[in-house]
Amino acid sequence: MTTSSLTRATLAKDLRLEWRSKDAINSMLFFALLVVVIFSFSFNPTAEESRQIAGGLVWVAFLFAAVVALNQTWARELRNQVLDAYRVSPAPANSLFLAKAFGNFIFVAVLEALMTPLFIVFYNLRALGPTWQLPVVAALGTWALVVNGTFFAAMSIRTRSREIMLPLLLFPISIPAVLAMVEATSAILSGEYSARPWIALLATYDVVFTTGCLLLFETVLDAE
Amino acid sequence: MKRAFPILAVLTAVLLSYALYQALEVAPTEATMGDVQRIFYYHVPSAWTAFLLFLTNFVASVVYLIRRNTKADIVALVSAEVGVVFCTVVLVTGPIWARPVWGIWWTWDLRLTLTLVLWLIYVSYLMLRRFSSSGQTPLMAAVLAVFGALDVPLVYFSIWYFRTQHPSPVIGGGGSLDPRMGRVLLINWAAFLCFAVLVCWSRYRVERLQREVEETQALEGLLESRGAR
Amino acid sequence: MPPASHTESAANVAPIVVVTDLIKQFGRFAALRGVSASFDAGRLYAILGDNGAGKTTLLRSLAGLTRPNRGTVSMLGTSDLRSVCHQVGYMAHPSLLYDEMSGMENLRYFARLYSIEDNERCASVIRAVALDPELARPVGQYSQGMRQRMSLARALLNDPKILLLDEPFSNVDVRSAREMVGLLAKMRDAGKTIFVVTHQAALLEGAADEFVWMEAGKIVSRTSSLQPVEAR
Repeated sequence: MTTSSLTRATLAKDLRLEWRSKDAINSMLFFALLVVVIFSFSFNPTAEESRQIAGGLVWVAFLFAAVVALNQTWARELRNQVLDAYRVSPAPANSLFLAKAFGNFIFVAVLEALMTPLFIVFYNLRALGPTWQLPVVAALGTWALVVNGTFFAAMSIRTRSREIMLPLLLFPISIPAVLAMVEATSAILSGEYSARPWIALLATYDVVFTTGCLLLFETVLDAE
Repeated sequence: MKRAFPILAVLTAVLLSYALYQALEVAPTEATMGDVQRIFYYHVPSAWTAFLLFLTNFVASVVYLIRRNTKADIVALVSAEVGVVFCTVVLVTGPIWARPVWGIWWTWDLRLTLTLVLWLIYVSYLMLRRFSSSGQTPLMAAVLAVFGALDVPLVYFSIWYFRTQHPSPVIGGGGSLDPRMGRVLLINWAAFLCFAVLVCWSRYRVERLQREVEETQALEGLLESRGAR
Repeated sequence: MPPASHTESAANVAPIVVVTDLIKQFGRFAALRGVSASFDAGRLYAILGDNGAGKTTLLRSLAGLTRPNRGTVSMLGTSDLRSVCHQVGYMAHPSLLYDEMSGMENLRYFARLYSIEDNERCASVIRAVALDPELARPVGQYSQGMRQRMSLARALLNDPKILLLDEPFSNVDVRSAREMVGLLAKMRDAGKTIFVVTHQAALLEGAADEFVWMEAGKIVSRTSSLQPVEAR
């Protein structure tokens, strides 16, 4: 059985389990709504300056929401130690990693898709630059958070106080990606400068860390 | 080998006092900044030492990942610990220098920001070492060190782009260094490097002993408790 | 029951599992402190001992889940456990099943990990442990005994040559446990090598070929029946 078909099987299993239990998605949606509302209180949406920093606001909000989602990644595999059943099987570790990363990508993308209209409404946002670049930035940026997030979540399985460990590991490494997302989004919203170098940086970041994760995931999974 | 440690200790003490004398007395006073510029002799050597230690950490981590060698892991651990200390010195002396000279504590300058991000990455590295369950710590830490190293060029370019879009006062850089200042700087660096090696070395010895003790306790502790029963 | 026939057949065959000088340390605690042993094919071994004696760690080392600090594990003639993992079945103390899915759904997913596309295989292992493959209830709502049996079915999916079972009878009622022992004995007679870590040694009396006693991270004795050791 190939890596990709196993990835699909694992992803399908995860989506089915999530659909049945819905334990993560409901709380996540509500959390995302809370984040948007609190941000709107904290940074007066009508002020012109708020529009200028909207790129930053949106991505910080996504970042918070993503961390809560990423922390759930391995919870289901740890219950009843199902992860061990995967580890004793001949299935390649990277299938599991990719399935989890794609699952998180779908999950966080859904959250973003629901939060974005709220931001647009509250902050009366409108892109002055090339709008078509926004989904590109969103996709690359989300993958940047999710690929390392999935990996570090797997690392923090083996730590004490695992929920707090994830952001402590993820945020410092993600600084260039976050900077690129925020700057690219601001560039597109304001139309004042080109977002292209930032998009290129994000793409490089994605390639570098996806490769790194795939090379090292088996090591992390089998560390015991 | 046993002699080498005290010899290095004495050498470090001599070098450090000589470097202090050079920095405070011998080096000429900078024309525009005045005496406050002398912090430069601590700021810059600390930065170089910290970067060198982080590089050591990366190399040791890669060696650990390939060889699973305990010594490499201890080298990675101590170089990260001491590196964070020197990096902290850089981040503290930087603003002390900047405030009187440029009137600001901090600026998102390329080198400053890069140093700050490195500091954050290595603090998270030490946190991971502290919180991960024993036995798996070395591997997790080595993996994180590799990720941190992959991140450095990306951090560099992101800040560089950021700076070209948001210009801020250009600090440092430019201008040639008085050769007398350069000499004092090198003496200070030599002293700091010796100091760093000395601290790493003793930390390395302590850590190795501690692990040996732990292993012996683990293997023999059960026997004793059974004997007592 | 004297296991004479097994001993004779095993004498001229290389042992199927060999461990040498296994040491596994968790911080200040050593779970294994130098375990060396060899085990022959086609036998049923009961691994016994107090809590913390290292039984589970030994089993996990055999399954390739735990990497020992020192020493080697060799299974089916190789120390690359990954290359023979499709011939090993492992059942842990927790169920290793997804609570939200039915037994059949669980097994279908795990079968794919072993490149088994055949649903009939899943159904037949479920029937082998005396459960109904059509049962739609999620595993989370099973009784403890049913869950243990479903967990055993998962370990049997790939028709392993070596079966590693950690506390398969805990919280299982005596009748079901006896049925499971009967099943294990039948599989042993069919040529599988089986390791059972358990507290309920009495259940295996008569079925196990050898009792392996562990204490404080070491194997202290190996006996062919329960009596002499209990008399100590």
